[in-house]
Amino acid sequence: MQLVADRLHKKFGAITAVAGVSFAATPGEVLGLLGPNGAGKSTIISMLSGLTKPDMGAVQIDGRPLGTGADPGKQCIGLVTQEITLLEDLPARMNLEFFGGLYGLSGHKLAARIAAVLELTSLSDRAGDAPKEFSGGMRRRLNIACALLHEPHILLLDEPTVGVDPQSRNAIFETIEVLAGEGRTLIYTTHYMEEVERLCDRVVIIDHGKVLADDSLSGLLASAPVANKLTLRYDLPPDRAALTEITGLPGVIQVDLAGTQLSVSAADLGTAAPRVLERLAARGFSCQELTSRRANLEDVFLALTGRTLRDA
Amino acid sequence: MSTAFTAFRALVRKDIALFVRDRRALVVSVLTPIAVAAFFGSLFGGTGSGGSPISRMPVGITDLDNSALTQAVVESLTQDESLDVQMLPEAQARQLVKSGKLRATMVFPAGFETAATGALVGLGKMPDIQLLYDPSQSIVRPMVAGLLTQHVMQRISRPNFIGGTRPAPFNLVDTAVTTGPRYNSYAHSFAGMSIQFILFMGIDAGITLLLMRQEGLWRRLRAAPLSRGVLVGSRAVATMLISMLILTVVYLVACLAFGVRIAGSVPGFIMIAAAFSLLAATTGLMISALGRSVGATRGVAIFSVLVLVMLGGAWVPSFLFPEWLQHVTEFVPTRWAVDGLDAMTWRGLPLQSALAPTAILIGWSVLFASIAVWRFSWEDG
Repeated sequence: MQLVADRLHKKFGAITAVAGVSFAATPGEVLGLLGPNGAGKSTIISMLSGLTKPDMGAVQIDGRPLGTGADPGKQCIGLVTQEITLLEDLPARMNLEFFGGLYGLSGHKLAARIAAVLELTSLSDRAGDAPKEFSGGMRRRLNIACALLHEPHILLLDEPTVGVDPQSRNAIFETIEVLAGEGRTLIYTTHYMEEVERLCDRVVIIDHGKVLADDSLSGLLASAPVANKLTLRYDLPPDRAALTEITGLPGVIQVDLAGTQLSVSAADLGTAAPRVLERLAARGFSCQELTSRRANLEDVFLALTGRTLRDA
Repeated sequence: MSTAFTAFRALVRKDIALFVRDRRALVVSVLTPIAVAAFFGSLFGGTGSGGSPISRMPVGITDLDNSALTQAVVESLTQDESLDVQMLPEAQARQLVKSGKLRATMVFPAGFETAATGALVGLGKMPDIQLLYDPSQSIVRPMVAGLLTQHVMQRISRPNFIGGTRPAPFNLVDTAVTTGPRYNSYAHSFAGMSIQFILFMGIDAGITLLLMRQEGLWRRLRAAPLSRGVLVGSRAVATMLISMLILTVVYLVACLAFGVRIAGSVPGFIMIAAAFSLLAATTGLMISALGRSVGATRGVAIFSVLVLVMLGGAWVPSFLFPEWLQHVTEFVPTRWAVDGLDAMTWRGLPLQSALAPTAILIGWSVLFASIAVWRFSWEDG
């Protein structure tokens, strides 16, 4: 099923949380909503899941507008909230029975779905234990399992890895990849660019309630004025003549010197790095340490907003 | 089976499962009212069967006359099962009243017999009996004065004191008047304490909804394709069922262990129990709609419930209130709940007597539910 956000607007008092956000997510695709805290991601998720009515604009599922309350369109949506919304004192199985019941599941069908989601999230052997006895990662996985019981075509995941260890994070990523492989439409919000780079086919960058960019990862990196970065450390800082020469090399975009550390931004590190090292060596500057980093979404965000994701 | 019904059932079942698994809630809602009701019931006369001894009031007597009449009166007072009499010098008796160890003391003056028997036939001045009492216990003075008058009159009117063969001018015959089999003070205390602790449970239900909003669970529930009616109605029904469960268990214990009987209409009892359970449920909803922070809401709600149960006569029967307060408390829903349960248990009244309390409790519930719906912030949390 295709999920479309069409010019969504939402204000809370005098504060505009979402200002004209539009995008579409298609089946089998993992769409990442990337933005800093307070960018409006959770408000967008609230509108996409039928929790909050937009002030203007509409959410559509396969062309049909989605309402709030008992709108049957919500049956197609699974929501994994940022908070862990489990009944901590009831066993995992009873949690699943409860959340399945909310979507009209009962009897054999409910039992079968519970078995399936426990298997998918690797929690089958802990079904009789209460979430309060689980690790953070297991609770996160059960939180996801609760949203999958009714086999939603669209899954909205609102920062589902907050506070989990790397091992559990990987387990969650694998679950998400399985779900995308089944042809579901997934929308994944996060402020961790690494997660978007790992999971998402397409990225919508949000800031101050607006869409700044909407493209594939490679498309974003290609379209934004961002560069790969080479960092070099010398015993003595290169002089002005050396810096001028390096700046003039083909493919070099920018050169910055901070103490003995030289940063070189380049479109292609493979060709730029040997030239930079060679010219500096020829001028008598011996490199002590070298690191390189390819451009990423952090750089795209920086290029688009002038701020880093974490600073924003 | 429709999705809405399945969801409704899941929501109700969840609330009941959480209640049953919460040992603290079970203790507070079931064991505590039983324990407190048993204590209050025993204080106010127990089962009324005469099995438990009546607490005697400690009083002192100083007999400065030491006549046949005063000795006879002292003997009579000593035999009264309401009094624990000590013969003391006046100064010591006064000191013991001051210190609260005696409720009152009576001082028969010298020459009492002569003056009293003369006054009874119209000769001479009436003698004074000094009654020293503890002012902190206002009920003591009229009680002791009444008992003293009774015993003096009984003795003085006997032939050997006033001559002739005239009998005492009256006989006092005590008869407890109730439609029920026998007054059982446990019946009242169980009614009062059930109502108090079920309202506390109602507060907890409201606070839980506030917590659900804070923790995001309410938002998660709203993500399901469910109407407001299902979400809020299921919560009210769950609270009602838990309340009925508590009432059933508490009254079962009251019947089996404390001799409480539903001497009136059983359907009437069930009607009042159901109407009060609805009141507890809507109280919870109103709290969740009006409350902001959990801590502040809990404090205000507990204070309000304590005022309601106090004015409702849950602690002491409302007929002991001053008259003006009895009229005021007719506007307090808990008064109708307590009186209604009393009517169906120890008063043994018929179904018609349950109609007014039931209607009034439902009326208050509708009001509370309307406030809850009006003030409930649906999109928050």
